Amino acid sequence: MSDHHPTGIKRWLYTTNHKDIGTMYLWFSFVMFLVGGAMAMVIRAELYQPGLQFVQPDFFNQMTTMHGLIMVFGAVMPSMVGLANWLIPMMIGAPDMALPRMNNWSFWILPFAFTLLISSLFMEGGAPNFGWTFYAPLSTTYGPPSTDFFILGVHMMGISSIMGAINVIVTVFNMRAPGMTLMKMPLFVWTWVITAFLLIMVMPVLAGTVTMMLTDRHFGTDFFNAAGGGDPVMFQHIFWFFGHPEVYIMILPAFGVVSEIIPAFSRKKLFGYSSMVYATASIALLSFIVWAHHMFATGMPVAGELFFMIATMLIAVPTGVKVFNWVATMWRGSLTFETPMLFSIAFVILFTIGGFSGVMLAMAPVDFQYHDTYFVVAHFHYVLFPGAIFGTTAAVYYWLPKWTGKMYNEKMGQLHFWLSMIFVNLTFFPMHFSGLAGMPRRIPDYNMMFSDFNMLASIGAFGLGLSQLLFLFIVIKTIRSGKKAENKQWEGAAGLEWDQMDTPAPYHTFSTPPKVS
Amino acid sequence: MKEQVKKDSNQQLVGKLLAIVAGMFFFAFALIPLYDVFCDITGINGKTKGKALYPASRIDLKREVTVEFLTNINRGMPWEFKSMTTSIKVHPGELNEVKFYARNRSQKDIVGQSIPSVSPGEGALYLNKTECFCFDQQRLAAGEEIEMPMKFYIDPDLPEDITILTLSYQLFNVTEAVKASVGETR
Repeated sequence: MSDHHPTGIKRWLYTTNHKDIGTMYLWFSFVMFLVGGAMAMVIRAELYQPGLQFVQPDFFNQMTTMHGLIMVFGAVMPSMVGLANWLIPMMIGAPDMALPRMNNWSFWILPFAFTLLISSLFMEGGAPNFGWTFYAPLSTTYGPPSTDFFILGVHMMGISSIMGAINVIVTVFNMRAPGMTLMKMPLFVWTWVITAFLLIMVMPVLAGTVTMMLTDRHFGTDFFNAAGGGDPVMFQHIFWFFGHPEVYIMILPAFGVVSEIIPAFSRKKLFGYSSMVYATASIALLSFIVWAHHMFATGMPVAGELFFMIATMLIAVPTGVKVFNWVATMWRGSLTFETPMLFSIAFVILFTIGGFSGVMLAMAPVDFQYHDTYFVVAHFHYVLFPGAIFGTTAAVYYWLPKWTGKMYNEKMGQLHFWLSMIFVNLTFFPMHFSGLAGMPRRIPDYNMMFSDFNMLASIGAFGLGLSQLLFLFIVIKTIRSGKKAENKQWEGAAGLEWDQMDTPAPYHTFSTPPKVS
Repeated sequence: MKEQVKKDSNQQLVGKLLAIVAGMFFFAFALIPLYDVFCDITGINGKTKGKALYPASRIDLKREVTVEFLTNINRGMPWEFKSMTTSIKVHPGELNEVKFYARNRSQKDIVGQSIPSVSPGEGALYLNKTECFCFDQQRLAAGEEIEMPMKFYIDPDLPEDITILTLSYQLFNVTEAVKASVGETR
């Protein structure tokens, strides 16, 4: 098969090739990661010391809001879709995604969606400042005029995610190579199929929520307006009905990634493959009945708090199964510690810490102390940064030789790992303590007693931000001048993309289906 | 031939998935009536029911329940609004009357709407109002003041563990909304 493809800008604009689209998703998400990260730097600079130093409270609120929105919808979600595009066809022996033109469209919506969203920073009245959760009536009655740009942006990125999810499901259901049964699929494919179902179930609910906001703002409806008989608490119910599955949308593909990498560097098969599949599916199902644990402080009746508390803690069981299986895979394996493995092991350890603080937050009686404090910030950053982002980073290091045909510099990769590992903990661990001591989240100024913890966190954040630039440097250096990689770069790697494909992966692969043993 | 089969099955699957997407979009809107029905039945969100009729039923003289009254004024509402009684002790089943006071401190005519809420939420179903200013909107001319009665009784079936009920009113400025809807009907 020839490697022929159009060149120049047209290649990227018109492409229907899953590898090109995957590449664009990954670069786009990295740009968004830097933009959202720059906003985090503004936040941490302001919080370096108590008092107002650099920005005004309203701009600070715009920063926390945009940081959250950009990281969730612009960095983490597209990076996972990028991995899915690159890897799923190669892993199941398909020539491309099932719906290539829709694939192109779902990517090219994103730059426009985020241009709309980010442009709101330069508008009169400023960008949205009500937090990424956009609770009514802050976002409806009191939202700045640019809120409408935010609504349209969310609609567009929602459409993009839904199309991406439909594409994954159709590809996996209809395009598997003969012999690739569902229970033979690599775990990354499994976690993505389940993620895709979560996406098509909840992204429309988010679309409905922002539509109701729009009509409340401009067309006289009163969905969330108490004066007109609506209910602002209902906003939280609908939002978190989307929002809780959303957090699993961000983490499940990362589960899949480490389930590929840990066996490769342990030189063993994944321990408990089928239990991994069932655990992932149960996490996804449970995610639909736990949403109100975000709302313990709204004055729910005790029966409701008990139900949501127990349902939430139940999620610790399948999650525990997964962590156990990862550890059991490493048990008595012939371990080596290349960069992807280091990121994966850190993922297991740090994600578990984030999981434990999640169990603490799930306990309704004590949640009243933690609610809306920095403890919550510490919790979700522990599951998102060393969780979702370490997962994606591990995936990039692991598959970069296959994608580019070139090997990254192992020493620099390990340096990137250790810097990230140290700084991520320095940034987010002190937040547990300031949160427990009562520091509220989304606040530009704070009591003197929190100074030391905040200074530590800020130093960590600056280091963490800078070390991600090292990642950019490593990837560019690999593409430009990396040493040639082998077809099977990792000794313990398994799967069609390693065993039956050249390196670098040709532009067109598996035009004739591979043999699956 | 084989290509065609593949294309058809792709389209079928896309159709099904799009149906789920459309279904979930409408489900988001369906959640609103569902939520209202659920809360009407269970009364767990603190919303009180509409106008009740006083059944003149048994009065439980052995029990005493404290009812507290709170008033809040929403942003952009230039009224003074307070309860003339902050708290009373009542027997379940007896009909009580309290008064609220409102005064328009601005230079314009303003229409107000009060929205009640009961805490703890489980108590909302048992606090029944037979007469309340919150059933209507109030129009006060500039500087005008008003005393507004509110009559209520506590259902004797109120769960034993509830000894204090707090009834809170949030007062909203709905002048613009009223103007808009009057404009529509014309």
